[in-house]
Amino acid sequence: MSSGDIDATTPKHLRDKYAIVGVGESSYTRGSGLTTRALGTWAVRNAIEDAGLTPQDVDGMLSYSMADSTGSAHIAADLGIQLNFHMDVMGGGGSTEALVGIAIGVIEAGMCRTVVVFRSMNGYTQYRVGGTGSRAVAPIVGDGLHERAYGWQSPGQSFSLVFMRHMHDYGTTPEQAAMVKVIHSEHASNNPKALYKNRVTVDDVLNSRMIVKPLHLLDCCVETDNATAIVVTSRDRAKDCRHTPAVIRSVVGRCCKPRIDMHYQHGPISTVYAHYAKDILWPNAGVGPEEIDVTGAYDAFTFTTLLQLEDYGFCEKGQGGEYVSDGTMRLGGKRPNNTSGSHLCEGYTHGLSMVIENVRQLRNDVDDSCPIGPDGQRQHTYDYREGGCRQVKDVEVTANLGWGTPAHGSGMVMRRG
Amino acid sequence: MAVEGEYLGMPLRIEDFDSGNLSYFRFCAEHEFRLQECTECKLLRYPPTTACPWCANPEASWVAIEGKGTVHSYSEIHHAIQPAFKEHLPYLVLLVDLDTQKGKPTEHESIRVIGNLVTPEGKLAPPEEVERVGIGSRVRMVFNDVSDDLAIPNWTLDEDAEQPDTPWRYPV
Repeated sequence: MSSGDIDATTPKHLRDKYAIVGVGESSYTRGSGLTTRALGTWAVRNAIEDAGLTPQDVDGMLSYSMADSTGSAHIAADLGIQLNFHMDVMGGGGSTEALVGIAIGVIEAGMCRTVVVFRSMNGYTQYRVGGTGSRAVAPIVGDGLHERAYGWQSPGQSFSLVFMRHMHDYGTTPEQAAMVKVIHSEHASNNPKALYKNRVTVDDVLNSRMIVKPLHLLDCCVETDNATAIVVTSRDRAKDCRHTPAVIRSVVGRCCKPRIDMHYQHGPISTVYAHYAKDILWPNAGVGPEEIDVTGAYDAFTFTTLLQLEDYGFCEKGQGGEYVSDGTMRLGGKRPNNTSGSHLCEGYTHGLSMVIENVRQLRNDVDDSCPIGPDGQRQHTYDYREGGCRQVKDVEVTANLGWGTPAHGSGMVMRRG
Repeated sequence: MAVEGEYLGMPLRIEDFDSGNLSYFRFCAEHEFRLQECTECKLLRYPPTTACPWCANPEASWVAIEGKGTVHSYSEIHHAIQPAFKEHLPYLVLLVDLDTQKGKPTEHESIRVIGNLVTPEGKLAPPEEVERVGIGSRVRMVFNDVSDDLAIPNWTLDEDAEQPDTPWRYPV
């Protein structure tokens, strides 16, 4: 990246004034055996410890959920944190980067100094993200008559209209989309904490059972029990923290298409929210897609990665299928994507895990199987064969692209501090 | 009074304060497809809303619309989340561009109405029918009666319309 191209003279956008200084997770399992309160406590505790802070250093907390979690006040109390600010919002994917923006805002407003953002979910054992179980048979009321009465209710069923139309409009193929899973599975094979570490082929994806066209089973993410957390604070305070900070260059939060509804009245439906979000994310960051070293494009489905990379401008409109399948986003490629294996393989987190992974990439410290040297630092081999390294060389700038629906989502650019 | 009914074994309910949906589905029960038309900008909208998405005007009148259109995209579901649909796999959810107001107010906008592909009698379409329909297929609306105040609108192939030689279908 050539720093000479960066316009860092727009303080209203708070570019480079805040950083992510700590990251933490629970295990990724299908059967946590823990409450969301316990899971969340572990993740938040781990993130604070990772930052080199104590619970008493944290005085703000934000979380998001689908009413399937435990709120900030409980998690904070369990860790002895006195909060000067907290808020728990409704929402799933597409909330993560938006909440980082809110964290920056409340610190800037003087309401608190250091904010933890977390998501805790038993996405497999309690609240199935795909909508099976008790939610599926609940009575259909009001606006639901226009949706669930048609057996049209899960994210895959809802989004599939957009994915199919993209194939129609641009000739995107099932084989191209399958490459997202193939590449993410390669990355997961180098991630000891991933739920699914096995590498798969395009044929494996296409031969897995059809869920809803164009999504085979392996085009869909893995419902998982987990909690994830990050610590956001000012760059000044970040100097006292343990790791190299991931400095936040810009965020865009829950940006929408002109009409946000789930009936796709506003077209072209094969263009998603990212087409609009890019005009906020890149100018505020002072960089564009070409400067990004590593991406984290939300993979609820293979197609969500493809559509976001395309509409954020990593390739020409309509070329997303080519982009995701030409090797660009593979470890060792020009711009690796979702190096942890993310939602399709590591486990579904509603987005925070992909921010955590990029923070670790920027620290040059991803938690792969490479040996830890005498200085306590991992000695990365950059050998990306199965079971090997997943650290990308010389990561300076990353982008997270957070899908909520085709009509809304969030994004964030970070750089190495 | 709230409206209740059962459709394909699924309990349905519209609350007595949900005036938009009460009106919409009561017209459906009369086998009339009516949408709200804004009294200011004259644009139609779907599904029912309290204000006009284009000009925010709350006043609207319910006008009768021809239930005909073209499949804009479709969802072919092979794994039912809703248990009531398990015995009907695979089934289609169609997103249909109404002929009325197509391409308005901007080029890529249309009133896009959701519905299942059904037979002319309103049964969920059998597999051989599912395979005939894709993007570009011409369809017409039919109604599945649920109660005196409630019917569910669906789509069936419009046999009187000129159909594309090969509607776009997912490959394989």
